[in-house]
Amino acid sequence: MDYLTIIQILDSALRLATPLLLTCLAGLFSERAGVVDIGLEGKLLAAAFLAGAAAAVTGSIWIGLLAGIAGSLAFSMLHGLASITFKGDQLISGVALNFLAAGLTVVIGQSWFQLGGRTPSLSGNGRFEGWDLPFADAMAKIPVIGPAYDELISGHTTLTYLALLAVPLSWWVLYRSRFGLRLRAVGENPSAVDTAGISVVKLRYAALVIAGVLCGLAGTYLASLAAGFVKDMSAGRGYIALAALIFAKWRPWYALWATLLFGLLEAIGNRYQSIALGDFVIPVQFMQALPYILTVIILAGFVGKAIPPRASGQSYVKER
Amino acid sequence: MSVQNEAGRQETVAPTASAPAIELRGISKAFGPVQANKDISISVAKGSIHGIIGENGAGKSTLMSILYGFYKADAGQIIINGQEVNISDSQEAIAAGIGMVFQHFKLVENFTVLENVILGAEDGGLLKPSLAKARKLLKQLSDEYELSVDPDALIEDLSVGHQQRVEILKALYRQADILILDEPTGVLTPAEADHLFRILEGLKKEGKTIIMITHKLREIMEITDTVSVMRRGEMTATVKTAETSPEELAELMVGRKVLLRVDKKPATPGAPVIEIENLEVVDEQGVRRVKGIDLTVHQGEILGICGVAGNGQTELLEVLGGYQTGTGKILMNGQEIDLSGKHSNGQTRRARGIAHVPEDRHDEGLILEFQAWENMVFGYHHAPEYQKNALLMDNAGIKAMTQTSMDKFDVRPPNPKLEAKSFSGGNQQKIVLAREIERNPDLLLVGQPTRGVDIGAIEFIHQQIVALRDEGKAILLVSVELDEIMSLSDRIVVMFDGQIMGERLPSETNEGELGLLMAGITDEEKAQ
Amino acid sequence: MNKMPKWADAVLIPLISILLAFFFSGLVIWAIGKDPVVAIKTMVQGAFGSTSGISYTLYYATNFIFTGLAVAVAYHARLFNIGGEGQAMLGGLGVTLVCLAVPWPHWTLALPAAMIGGALFGAAWAFIPAWLQAKRGSHIVITTIMFNYIGAALLGYLLTKVLKVPGSMLTESARFPEGAHLPNFSEILAPFGINFSPNAPANMAFFVALLCTFLFWILIWKTRLGYEIRAYGQSETAAKYAGINPSRIVIIAMLISGGLAGLMAINNVMGEAERLIDNAVEGAGFIGIAVALMGRNHPIGILLAALLFGFLYQGGAELSFWESIPRELVVVIQALVIMFTGALDNMVRMPLEKLFVALGKNKKKEA
Repeated sequence: MDYLTIIQILDSALRLATPLLLTCLAGLFSERAGVVDIGLEGKLLAAAFLAGAAAAVTGSIWIGLLAGIAGSLAFSMLHGLASITFKGDQLISGVALNFLAAGLTVVIGQSWFQLGGRTPSLSGNGRFEGWDLPFADAMAKIPVIGPAYDELISGHTTLTYLALLAVPLSWWVLYRSRFGLRLRAVGENPSAVDTAGISVVKLRYAALVIAGVLCGLAGTYLASLAAGFVKDMSAGRGYIALAALIFAKWRPWYALWATLLFGLLEAIGNRYQSIALGDFVIPVQFMQALPYILTVIILAGFVGKAIPPRASGQSYVKER
Repeated sequence: MSVQNEAGRQETVAPTASAPAIELRGISKAFGPVQANKDISISVAKGSIHGIIGENGAGKSTLMSILYGFYKADAGQIIINGQEVNISDSQEAIAAGIGMVFQHFKLVENFTVLENVILGAEDGGLLKPSLAKARKLLKQLSDEYELSVDPDALIEDLSVGHQQRVEILKALYRQADILILDEPTGVLTPAEADHLFRILEGLKKEGKTIIMITHKLREIMEITDTVSVMRRGEMTATVKTAETSPEELAELMVGRKVLLRVDKKPATPGAPVIEIENLEVVDEQGVRRVKGIDLTVHQGEILGICGVAGNGQTELLEVLGGYQTGTGKILMNGQEIDLSGKHSNGQTRRARGIAHVPEDRHDEGLILEFQAWENMVFGYHHAPEYQKNALLMDNAGIKAMTQTSMDKFDVRPPNPKLEAKSFSGGNQQKIVLAREIERNPDLLLVGQPTRGVDIGAIEFIHQQIVALRDEGKAILLVSVELDEIMSLSDRIVVMFDGQIMGERLPSETNEGELGLLMAGITDEEKAQ
Repeated sequence: MNKMPKWADAVLIPLISILLAFFFSGLVIWAIGKDPVVAIKTMVQGAFGSTSGISYTLYYATNFIFTGLAVAVAYHARLFNIGGEGQAMLGGLGVTLVCLAVPWPHWTLALPAAMIGGALFGAAWAFIPAWLQAKRGSHIVITTIMFNYIGAALLGYLLTKVLKVPGSMLTESARFPEGAHLPNFSEILAPFGINFSPNAPANMAFFVALLCTFLFWILIWKTRLGYEIRAYGQSETAAKYAGINPSRIVIIAMLISGGLAGLMAINNVMGEAERLIDNAVEGAGFIGIAVALMGRNHPIGILLAALLFGFLYQGGAELSFWESIPRELVVVIQALVIMFTGALDNMVRMPLEKLFVALGKNKKKEA
């Protein structure tokens, strides 16, 4: 494996990690506020569909982005209605949203475009273009650093850079701002927040709005990357992001590393159908399953314990 | 003494300096069919400490929750410093200068003290300036009022007493003039309680108004200026503390003369039933809860264990009940029992003749969603007499047995098919007691038998426990109520910090002596 | 004091929830420019209009009974098993291995063996998440989701590399021997002189599902194990007090749950496809969640809910054929049913409770 191949795999890993990272941060805000979000997958799918459809119809991915965010937000609010306002089971609500997205995207997509659940292909302004960072061409000739800069760091779309920027921003919001303090508090002990005169409901909805926007970005990214929406295109990424969130122990920087790792696994799986280690051949299916296996191992507590926010998964019921 | 009825005494209210800090007029609140507060009126003078006393369920906490905006009253007025206010959420209560220290603290466990103090009262969107300001103020307050606490410590690392100080600091940081404390000493040692009282005295001197809810007469007498008594949702009296007596308050609380002593014959202890040697318990967090205890309970005696909650009594009961592991040696009827949990659980203990009325009937003693008959075999559901055949349980037989037990123990309503949650606290406790006593155990473990139980049921439950003793059974009683310990026990053992501080005979001790022991102060230390 | 009569809790609330789910489904049909009434007619005609339709309806219902019971057993122990899909997949593997291992002479021998194989593999796939929950506190919802994906990858590997018939292009196992063929409804009903579509898939497994439903009822409400499962599900602390071993209950309940999900394979793999194919479960594991929620984890409720979803599935297939509404409409309905009967329960319950309290007050006044 030569140097350029490694760079290319890393580049592909970053590309694949972008939607995971955005989705993972969405889950982070939601769960830090005490709302478990199994419905990430559904939001991702709904956003990808609406982004793909709107971009196909208008020819502008930016309008697609707005549509994607709107779709994801609608799902987020439905989750809020069920799990915050009506104090329903957050897991069940999330499961329902995933099915709702899986069904609705195809039913509506088929009746809209008659393409068997696809949207028309996106091209030109219908997709995000990669940004060539300054001096990329010039630097490409410098050995070692050059290709890394040109291939790996430069040439990504707006959303990838936005996702990377979202990591320090999330950290700062969570740990340095009033909103972050309250958000973390409501995920740990909502009654402390309530008795301090702050609305638990509003805070949790606010977290879901952030989650909705982030999933909207992630879904749009998927639609743009694949040049259109395809049935079930989220393909479990919402669950992988959930896995990454556990892996990351609900922390922004860890979320970056976890999603990069999972992106890398996917990139390697895409590039090599099977990997031979001497006589032993690792099948591609193993690579596909690896993120899930790793998450199970983390969950089992064999490699550090993952402790979720204390109040996550529980509706807040006022009591003395 | 003077019992005044405060309702409607003042006709006009003007915002003057002499206006009471708080005045409540005609407050009523119902939860469905239950009238928690009925036309309650009180008035508390500025710079005074006012006690509200009453039994569990008398409506004290509901009243204060209304004042703090947790519930909205169905009717009535709240007047603060002469101004009528409308408090519909905690934010408005805080704005009106009210601070509240809840019985169960409202702190974020993995936040620091500072973070907890500023939560909800931050200045601006950034944390840094707020934290700096809070740090300064905390230092000032801790010097002023003996409220010292490390501002950077995590709440989960603090003792209960310190956590309570954080709650008080939270209120002061919000510039509360009126401080409400709900059962503040329930989890404190007497020494910590004394410290709290000094803090409250200090606050009072600064002109703060304090309302303290409690069901402990001693505290009312010790610290309050005035006291209101509540019974069944009604305010029965408001009196000056100096002009009343504990006996009078007790009578006002329950509405009739209370028998604080249970009628019982002297004990005639027989052979040892359970012998505990050097028992140690380490909990899941790795904390040593019980530190080398030796105890023996004989046939025909009630051994009472008193102590502030959280000093190892719970773990002691759990080990004996078979669902907590420990080390040491325990002989039951001369035979060693397993403490490792490998060969034992609650059911093997029951088979050895140990019955257990647990401290927490909601979380342990009963399955609230189960019907009474299902609860009546809970823990004994493997017993051969409750099986129809090798596969199926004898549900019809269990229902019939339950009916008999319910009649015998006067459980109301006597309907085996009613879910446990539909019974009152006293009747729930009777179901548990019936289940455990009817199995005719050699040893009965009883934890907090009358917590949240109405007065009528308390007498019945005490009589049942004494009757079992008179049959020659051994009884280990754990209670945080000194009255209960004093009146039921034949011998008293005091636990503090997982250890036994001393043993006394009820006839040869008093509540003051036991209180010192509960605080971990032994006779020798006192002499020094 | 109960705010609502029992019948309202058991019947009225689920009924209103389902009606709401159907109303919104109708809205979706209307929104994509189709006529909901025509759609319903098409579905009813397709599901019950012919013996073939009935057969398909019952075939799907059989799958859903198994997975619905699987979810419900776990739910009684307060465990949310989202892994029915993966457990049913692995059950298919177990059934396949059993059916291919021996040249079975007759189905009466093959069926019990295949049942054991399916249940064992399904249970085994549930065991790891169960063990991790019981001993390591790993959240079973997440681990069972993970195991669905791991199971899919495992089966994908086995079908392409191990079980595939050499030389064949299809990623599927070899066909089961003749003797492992389960009688379908046509063969079962022929001796009684009833004509039933000979090629439709409903088969003996339906009766096994009915038997399991009955056994489920016995287990949960008549046996000590069921008593302990329910007790643990209501309160773990109380269970410990009573000497019920939480780890034991978690593991046993999940083994039964996984076993039931795995048993589904005698219907779809052994009864219908008669070989192991890719994606044989077709989401039935997830529908089990909707079925259990809608059926309130009660066997009769589960039976009715499974029949309803069987109808939706078969009707949905007809819908895509005749009305060109995609089959995914059923997934939408399934989602709405889960949403309304599961997560939005309080939305229906709270106004109803108020209504009953008000009615109760009026009655008292009259009396």
